[in-house]
Amino acid sequence: MASRGIKDQVAIVGMGCTPFGEHWDKSVDDMLVEASQEAYASAGITQDDVDAYWFGTLGSGVSGLTLSRALKIDHKPVTRVENMCATGSEAFRNACYAVASGAYDMVCAIGVEKLKDNGMSGLVGTPLPSDGTKPELTAPAMFSLLAPAYAEKYGVDETEMKDVLTRIAWKNHYNGARNPRAQFQKEVSKEKISNAPLIAGPLGIFDCSGVSDGSAAAILVRAEDAHKYTDNPIYVKALAFSAGPAAGPIDPDYDYTTFDEVVACAADAYAQAGVEHPRSEIAMAEVHDCFTPTELVLMEDLGFAERGLGWKEVMAGTYDLDGELPINPDGGLKSFGHPIGASGLRMLFECWLQLRHEAPADRQIKSVTEDGKTLGMTHNLGGAPGECVSFVSIVGSELG
Amino acid sequence: MRGIIGYGSYIPFYRLDRGAITAALGTGGGRGTRSVAGYDEDPVSMSVEACRSLVASVSESAITPDAVYFSSATPPYLDKTNATVIHAALDLPSHVFAGDIVGSPRSVNAALRSALASSRPTLIAAADVRSGRPGSGDEASLGDAAVAWLIGSDDDGPVIAEWVGGASSTAEFLDRWRLPEWNYSRVWEERFGEHAYLPLVTEAAEAAFEQSGIAPDDVDMVIIAGLHARAVRGAARAAGVADRPMADDLTGVVGNTGSAHAGLVLSSVLDQADPGQTIMVIHLADGCDVGFYRTTDAIANYRSARPVATQLEQGVGTVDYNTFLTWRGFLDREPPRRPDPVGPAAPPSFRNEDWKYAFVGSRDRSSGAVHLPPMRVSVKGGAVDDMERVAMADVPATVVTFTIDHLAYSLSPPTIAVVIDFDGGGRFSCQLTDADPAQVKIGNRVQMSFRRLLTADGVHNYFWKAKPLA
Repeated sequence: MASRGIKDQVAIVGMGCTPFGEHWDKSVDDMLVEASQEAYASAGITQDDVDAYWFGTLGSGVSGLTLSRALKIDHKPVTRVENMCATGSEAFRNACYAVASGAYDMVCAIGVEKLKDNGMSGLVGTPLPSDGTKPELTAPAMFSLLAPAYAEKYGVDETEMKDVLTRIAWKNHYNGARNPRAQFQKEVSKEKISNAPLIAGPLGIFDCSGVSDGSAAAILVRAEDAHKYTDNPIYVKALAFSAGPAAGPIDPDYDYTTFDEVVACAADAYAQAGVEHPRSEIAMAEVHDCFTPTELVLMEDLGFAERGLGWKEVMAGTYDLDGELPINPDGGLKSFGHPIGASGLRMLFECWLQLRHEAPADRQIKSVTEDGKTLGMTHNLGGAPGECVSFVSIVGSELG
Repeated sequence: MRGIIGYGSYIPFYRLDRGAITAALGTGGGRGTRSVAGYDEDPVSMSVEACRSLVASVSESAITPDAVYFSSATPPYLDKTNATVIHAALDLPSHVFAGDIVGSPRSVNAALRSALASSRPTLIAAADVRSGRPGSGDEASLGDAAVAWLIGSDDDGPVIAEWVGGASSTAEFLDRWRLPEWNYSRVWEERFGEHAYLPLVTEAAEAAFEQSGIAPDDVDMVIIAGLHARAVRGAARAAGVADRPMADDLTGVVGNTGSAHAGLVLSSVLDQADPGQTIMVIHLADGCDVGFYRTTDAIANYRSARPVATQLEQGVGTVDYNTFLTWRGFLDREPPRRPDPVGPAAPPSFRNEDWKYAFVGSRDRSSGAVHLPPMRVSVKGGAVDDMERVAMADVPATVVTFTIDHLAYSLSPPTIAVVIDFDGGGRFSCQLTDADPAQVKIGNRVQMSFRRLLTADGVHNYFWKAKPLA
């Protein structure tokens, strides 16, 4: 028994991604049409060429019909996928396996979320009937639990910690300002970020990802077929997923400074891709910066910083757009926005642009254009510290 | 010998300065403070806390009660028995009877008479959450509290205060009344109530002295309770005990707590009583009930887990008037732009009764890992179905991490969420209540407290929160 991976067996040959934001004038169907049409055009295909679909949404519809009705898919298999905030990645992962298995020649992974039609602040779940004993924490509250635990463990004082979180938000806003598809396309000063009204713990409004609408899609084929559709395919190097025992909230051994699930699936992904030194081998990573403390902890969990030193790397600019390892060059969940079912595919869309040298000039990272690095990574998680599902993919512009 | 085997009391954390009412309204209020049940408390949850205090105080040899009575003039539920919540929270076996004796402040005396007349050990919990319309005398002078008594015979555990005897008088007159849908009471002209009550006090006191063989000069301490303040002031003279020592009625700090008040003052007196003292309780409520208790030698060994004096001194928070009005439903404030809270569903609450009400988790026999909530597969080692019950409600814990949630729905934002590790094992995440957000730190010590988390669709969601360890 082993996780063997499907390195270099599957390629992305087309992608689409709608702008993310408050799309008062667009429905779920509208966004699905736009993302899929852009993906088809980018691969130079039509809908009839697609053999099967993996469709991800957390709550903007149920079943494959949500997609097939909107796109008028003509009796093809559509699998609806849900895995919390990692839903888009999960659609992609399963679509890749369908191609690798040989079952289909060409598939589409597509994700969508419509969050802004409910009139509420923040994310809103649909609670199951329960005994009423589960803690009622909002999403920012759950992730803000990381901040005091991290600060306590590594001796970071309250002010320093706030500066670290602020710098992460500042960086992602800086990157988003160079992204015409992002929900927030403005740089925000550190003063404004740190003085914003508090939402949960030390997190102000700018420490939270954008609640938005959007859709993203990818067209996948077997690697040997990739050049029929594009000169610059992106190859799937690794797909890893981890659902843990959700031990954090019940096990005193969990200390709220790490995501065990992320550590596990990152290790699996690096092994699949043959990556030994992630920090130097990977050109860029899109990570799940749902809230600023999450990005901080992820830097250590993904092996981009030594334990307890991630905060210093953040302050040193290691993860800036022009830094050693650019993190979230598209602005991340923070600035690009977080339409849940679409986010995992949106992360891949940035790898698609950056590794193909197609990102806007003011955002194109030098690790690709000048240093010749060819690997991009996406990390997507769903749940809360101590009880989450985690996904890591590694993709690359070259075989081998 | 039959009488009180144990007692407990619960005064909520918050106080309202009566001057804050005057400052806001230009009328009402007065001097001193009143106790205020938190937005997450009600007579049932406070009764559970009073009963827990009782359980922690009585000798371990005291036996399980045969019946539990809940008494309140402000019961959270009608049609549905409230006492079953207390029964469940105390993890009592199903053969123990639980029933309500509710409706008026006199109901508590019905419960006491029944318990004293019985031959079996009986647990009584009484509590009110009292208010009045803004600016009213009730709003300022009343208070919130709960008390509990374990009534029984020496066979059931050492009796610390013997019931010597008593008598009652009854009359039908309109003193105080409230319709079920009202959140305030109406009262008739005060002087009329005094006119009606005082002869009833005299009648009951004379009969009680005669029935019990006690003379007024034998009385070491007099307790007078009742919601009619003017009649209460005249009751000592009417009962012929104006020259006997009078217990502090606690109204200056706590207010008059209605159903709980006679018991609360009695708790305060018993906290300090020596053996052989005769205590007279005079309770004015639609008549008058007079009773005598005599403390026994056993009271010298009784250690109240939470004496009234300690509750008055320690861990007291101030609630501002706007917040008080909000909690009591007199100020309908703009809610956050979030979904309405959802109440608990009946079947899962029924399945998980031990967990939800008594905070009973499971401990893996092989690894020792404590699971909150109880689980079938161990988080340590994966053993399946090798768990035993572990009662965690009385185990102290330490804050591991925390957050202040400004977004979550609450009648009293922001909420404080804590991750806590229990002494000896077990972790849980929950709200921290009765605490100042600015004081929360990793390493804070906490204890569990039974609360009403919310009410949705008329369903009260009872469960546990953490609060600072006293």
